Amino acid sequence: MKYSLFLGCTIPARSRNYELSARAIASRLDLEFIDIEEFSCCGFPLEASDEMGAILLGARNLCLAEEKGLDICALCSACTSMLTKTAYHLNNNQNLREQINKELSKIGKEYKGTINVRHFARILLENIGLERIRKEIKQDLKGLKVATHYGCHYLKPSYIYEGFDDPQYPITLELILEAVGVTNIQYRRKKDCCGGPVLLSDEAVALTVAQEKLKYVKEAGTDCMNLVCPFCSLMFDANQKGIEAQFGSEFNIPVLYLSQIIGLAMGFSRKELGLNLNSVSTKELTAKLEV
Amino acid sequence: MKRVNLLESDTDFIEELDSADFIGGFRGCFTCGTCTAGCPVHRANKDYNPLRIIRMLVLGLKEEILKGDIIWLCSDCYTCQENCPMGVKITDIINHLKNLATREKNIPLGVSTQEKLLKDQGKIYIIDDFDNKKRAKVGLPSLPAMVEEAKVLLKKG
Repeated sequence: MKYSLFLGCTIPARSRNYELSARAIASRLDLEFIDIEEFSCCGFPLEASDEMGAILLGARNLCLAEEKGLDICALCSACTSMLTKTAYHLNNNQNLREQINKELSKIGKEYKGTINVRHFARILLENIGLERIRKEIKQDLKGLKVATHYGCHYLKPSYIYEGFDDPQYPITLELILEAVGVTNIQYRRKKDCCGGPVLLSDEAVALTVAQEKLKYVKEAGTDCMNLVCPFCSLMFDANQKGIEAQFGSEFNIPVLYLSQIIGLAMGFSRKELGLNLNSVSTKELTAKLEV
Repeated sequence: MKRVNLLESDTDFIEELDSADFIGGFRGCFTCGTCTAGCPVHRANKDYNPLRIIRMLVLGLKEEILKGDIIWLCSDCYTCQENCPMGVKITDIINHLKNLATREKNIPLGVSTQEKLLKDQGKIYIIDDFDNKKRAKVGLPSLPAMVEEAKVLLKKG
């Protein structure tokens, strides 16, 4: 199974642990990633100030994947949402499509609408399948207690996702975790945002939103958090120490990417999964699993 | 509480936005407040209230919406939009309002800085030699520093 791998801006620069672990588990699942060097930013950061520019960037990326005849696999939820939304609008609005194609013609490109955009986790569930994933399980995770943070753009806006999962009662990430031997932990405000997108306009609000969620995860009693987006990871992992200092609280919650948890179950080493690159130490967690 | 002066209402603004592609139909709002009840930003800062933004829009208070800071607090999480019983595209509308505010030079410094970076580089972070060395060390493929064609496209567009 072949996909063009869409890394976006944040992952290759700041979240090599996500990229490493995603590539590692993909190699075990006969999931082949084709790297397209010409991919730019997905367009998401432009959406608030230049929505046409955002769609234009998104459309160019879609064209690059179309030229290779490959569906896109995106690791970041914001990239997934921006590229999916771009395709949705271009497929449903002829005027917009003509307008965008006129701009794209200046660089010799045309959007045709021949490919799909998928989040990595969705591909694992829908295209690889839980049966196939279970066959690769080599390490008993001993019922590791995990609190999943779905984040927003993995599921929403739901009108672009053709009925994938349910934004009110999401289950897809927990189905995958269950298949690899994890105990899914429920907690208050599970569906809430990480606060990340407000970071640029009001840091205090962004950190308050993230703090609230960390508090409820802590209350529920978990070994770690699970997520699928580098922005969410920035808020809960990289900013966790700062949030603790600012709010006088103590969390010490390891925050892992879904691919790192699956990777542990597949028997990969800490280094192969970039677990040494997580901000909140994951050593105690892996020692408990004897990894 | 400040009284609303309906003489300030810009009815063209209401008409234009309510018939626009992707965001129209907000006059169906019957003020139930489900949007604000579920809003995670509202819990962190009570000044932020999506219902209030939609009501201001329905009343055509263009200046007040586009000159204030409040729309910039939306975290784009889509909770309000998914919960709205009338299908008002609240998050998409607020995002469009941010675009209109930008045209009036009302944009937070962080957002405009990010926009500039993106238009100069085609991505937010430049991947320099140092990054590529770190990538190579763990077996990840090297990446170009910037994306020239994306820059060209955004300049023309």
